[in-house]
Amino acid sequence: MSTRALRWAIPLAVVPVLVLLAYGFRTDPHAIPTPLLGKPASPFTLTAFDGKPISLEALRGKVVVLNFWASWCVPACYDEAPSLERGWQAYRDRGVVLIGINIQDKEEPARRFLAQFNHTFPNAPDPLGRVSVDYGVYGVPETFFIDRKGQVRFKQIGAITDEIMKQQVEKLLAEPA
Amino acid sequence: MTVGAPEIGYALTVIGFALALWGAGAAVLGARGGRPALVTSAERAAVGAWALVSAALVLLAYSFLTFDFSIRYVATNTNLGTPFYYRITAVWGALEGSIILWAWMLGLYTFIVVRRYRRRQPALYPWVLAVMLSVLAFFLLVMTVPAPPFQRLDPVPADGRGLNPLLEDSGMITHPVALYLGFTGFTVPFAFAVAALITGRVGDFWITTTRRWTILAWYFLSLGLLIGGWWSYHVLGWGGYWAWDPVENAAFMPWLTATAFLHSVMIQERRRMLKLWNLTLIILTFSLTLFGTFLTRSGIIGSVHAFTQGSIGIFFLVFLSLVMLGAFSLLAWRLERLRGQSELDSIFSRESAFLLNNLFLIAAAFTVFFGTVFPLLSEAIKGQKVSVGAPFFNLVNIPIFLALIFLMGVGPLIAWRRASAENLRRNFLMPVVIGVAGAALCRALGVGNLIVLCCMGLVAFVAATIALDFWRAARARRRTGDGWLDATWGLALRQNRRYGGFIVHLGILVVALGVAGSQAWSTQTEATINRGASVELAGYTIRFDDLQPVEESNHFKVVGTFTVSDRRGPYTVLTPAKKFYPQEQTPIAAVDYRLGFMEDLYLVLGDFARDGSHATIKVQINRMVSWLWIGGLILTLGAALAIVPEPRRTATRSRPEHAVVA
Amino acid sequence: MIRARTVTLALIAALAVAAPLAAAPVSEETVHEIGAQLRCVVCQSLSVADSPSETANQMRGIIRERLAAGDSPEQVKAYFVEKYGLWILLAPPRQGFNLLVWVVPFAALGAGLVLVVLLVRRWSRRPAGASPVPAPDAAMRARIHREMAEREP
Repeated sequence: MSTRALRWAIPLAVVPVLVLLAYGFRTDPHAIPTPLLGKPASPFTLTAFDGKPISLEALRGKVVVLNFWASWCVPACYDEAPSLERGWQAYRDRGVVLIGINIQDKEEPARRFLAQFNHTFPNAPDPLGRVSVDYGVYGVPETFFIDRKGQVRFKQIGAITDEIMKQQVEKLLAEPA
Repeated sequence: MTVGAPEIGYALTVIGFALALWGAGAAVLGARGGRPALVTSAERAAVGAWALVSAALVLLAYSFLTFDFSIRYVATNTNLGTPFYYRITAVWGALEGSIILWAWMLGLYTFIVVRRYRRRQPALYPWVLAVMLSVLAFFLLVMTVPAPPFQRLDPVPADGRGLNPLLEDSGMITHPVALYLGFTGFTVPFAFAVAALITGRVGDFWITTTRRWTILAWYFLSLGLLIGGWWSYHVLGWGGYWAWDPVENAAFMPWLTATAFLHSVMIQERRRMLKLWNLTLIILTFSLTLFGTFLTRSGIIGSVHAFTQGSIGIFFLVFLSLVMLGAFSLLAWRLERLRGQSELDSIFSRESAFLLNNLFLIAAAFTVFFGTVFPLLSEAIKGQKVSVGAPFFNLVNIPIFLALIFLMGVGPLIAWRRASAENLRRNFLMPVVIGVAGAALCRALGVGNLIVLCCMGLVAFVAATIALDFWRAARARRRTGDGWLDATWGLALRQNRRYGGFIVHLGILVVALGVAGSQAWSTQTEATINRGASVELAGYTIRFDDLQPVEESNHFKVVGTFTVSDRRGPYTVLTPAKKFYPQEQTPIAAVDYRLGFMEDLYLVLGDFARDGSHATIKVQINRMVSWLWIGGLILTLGAALAIVPEPRRTATRSRPEHAVVA
Repeated sequence: MIRARTVTLALIAALAVAAPLAAAPVSEETVHEIGAQLRCVVCQSLSVADSPSETANQMRGIIRERLAAGDSPEQVKAYFVEKYGLWILLAPPRQGFNLLVWVVPFAALGAGLVLVVLLVRRWSRRPAGASPVPAPDAAMRARIHREMAEREP
């Protein structure tokens, strides 16, 4: 290669790499998009902390909000807990079911968590992680919004807020069964 | 405004930054205008900056030791229960502290440069000083703006958060120190390279002057990598020493290019070739050290090592861009002086072996780089997140490393310029035979894996070449009357570079053997057993005896007691534990192990029942892992030998390898 | 009646034999192998086989369960990809854009080799400066030893 061409080529060759690294600032390595959107939600049957069975299939036709949590998940699960209870109180009579699934936890701390926030919606432990893997859960808290037809429509990674809850639930309630 | 440790520390940092910046500017002006007064002023600024950084470091350590929670960094990384020695190592345990450590080492090296080269290299020296002070200024800038270690915390909390429990380990004392000594060490050869480019003195001068720096930096980097492996092995609880984690890769890449650089400068010294290439290599190596720190601190690639983000990533990317574009532009500017007169006599020569060595090392570095940034590329172009991990890196790198092992045997013994058939036969016939025999022996011992067989054969081949060379040379000396011991010792000292290099190669061989052996022959199992029951693996019986809670100064742990027996009877009692730290969300596994020369017994406690009635235990028999650490020791000896100053004699370029004809 | 009962008994007997056959024995090796190709979601770079975390533990349990239910290793991996996306695989599949990561390093190595060969040939085409120093042969070596013995005290 002629010296002239090389003169320019050498420094310029560096530029694409730097551009790629700069692009890296726009990505978040911890936010993995879920492949489950638009797909049917996996059915499951769990036994709640109060002993009653919870089955996803039985809830077809309702909007289901599935929240994965753990008592050791500080501070996010603790931050979102009041929002969940509020959301439950607001929508339980409108055909929305909120289910909490407790993963990788021990029974006592889990019950204490529930008692602390006075959760009245059904909560069940997922002892072997079958359900959490079935939903591609990789951290807590994560919340899934399932529409009346049983399809996963939205996944919230991290603590949920009143606004997000309202926004997603209202959207899905407006849709026909 | 309250004036306490945070304010004092911050003031020290700011003044230090100002001094370094002034010094860099003064050095540049002094060099350009030929004004020694400015250069002297820059020197004083350099010494002053280092003194201030040292003071800041001491202040930080003091704050840690006295639990000064008014400093945010102290409050985040220690609490009242942290043991005393960990309070000191916590100084560099997180982002801000790591920068201050880096800056301190840079300051130290700059100080040494001032002392050593002020008189000896009047032409290059001012520019070297300018470059080093610029880099120092950058790190001090980082300490001032995005990552200040001396931020005040208001109100002062009663107790701190605590050190990351994974860092409460002896590895924490040595790993970052060794690694950073390596990283920062490459600043010096880089500074000399830039000085050479600016002044146009692109001959061998800058290389011979910085030879020892390069070896030392390379050695510390190797040490840092090995200690990192050791730390991973005995703390992280997965029984492995290398995970191809992006940050591990970030430290490995400069090691690869530095190794290539170490070798290819030998060609330049001998044959005045490859000037352009050597300059490129050192620029790449230094850039990769910056890239490594960028990767750890920018948050663009998630990693188990990663410190947190913030704007610091942008600072590093901008600086990295300036360094790379600037240095390569200088290179391009001096292109004519660097090209031309490359001559090779034959493909079968040491020069070719070194070229191949460089090729494979750079290929490995490129592979690691490409694999590390590919997830980013995939997301940028296809919008899809993928992972690139061990299966990829192992697949591509293993053949490259095998080829490098082969070259380790060929390189040192093949003749410069042209290797005759006689030379090849004399030097390699026996080692090749031994290599094949070694592989055959392994096959006979039951090894089926082709890669392991190749590795063993190659290692035997290389070991034989080293032994052959030592023996022949010592025998030659013996003919003049020395005993064997004297002959070998004298040989090693007189040609310390060569024999230091051999010992380093030997160390690498031992590490390679350890890697191959541990991959091929380690075994493991996992089981949930009741109290009193046992699990068996590879001739060992591990019986679950007990589970006890224990309270420590800053954490609570549950310790399992396991009696291990082999065929002969009870062998040892291991106590793996699960540690619960208040500041951590999930428990940390505390592994217990018993190290051996050929095999390590390794126990990880998994889940357990509250009442201790049963527990999940993971048992690993890791074979030949100790060879990695032993290899590291051998490497240390070799590097030490290679840096030993030569006895004062008239400097000759050629070593006594050609025939001495009266 | 009798026939119905016989048939029922036969069916039950058949099921009793078939049931243990349906639960295929699962080797820890296979679990480990599959686990080594999956990324532990909470540790970033460790595989499910290696990771000591609880999540990885549970995932290993699921792998065991699926293998026991008759899934092939490929099907088990496909299950995880379905739930987590391609990201869960520790190395991307060799198709489409991802083929690049597998091919480029080898291509680069190959290109480098070609470059080195070309350079070596170009540089060795020019006649060497001084005649190369002849490698010592046996006679010369003997002479060297003799002279060294004479020289050194």
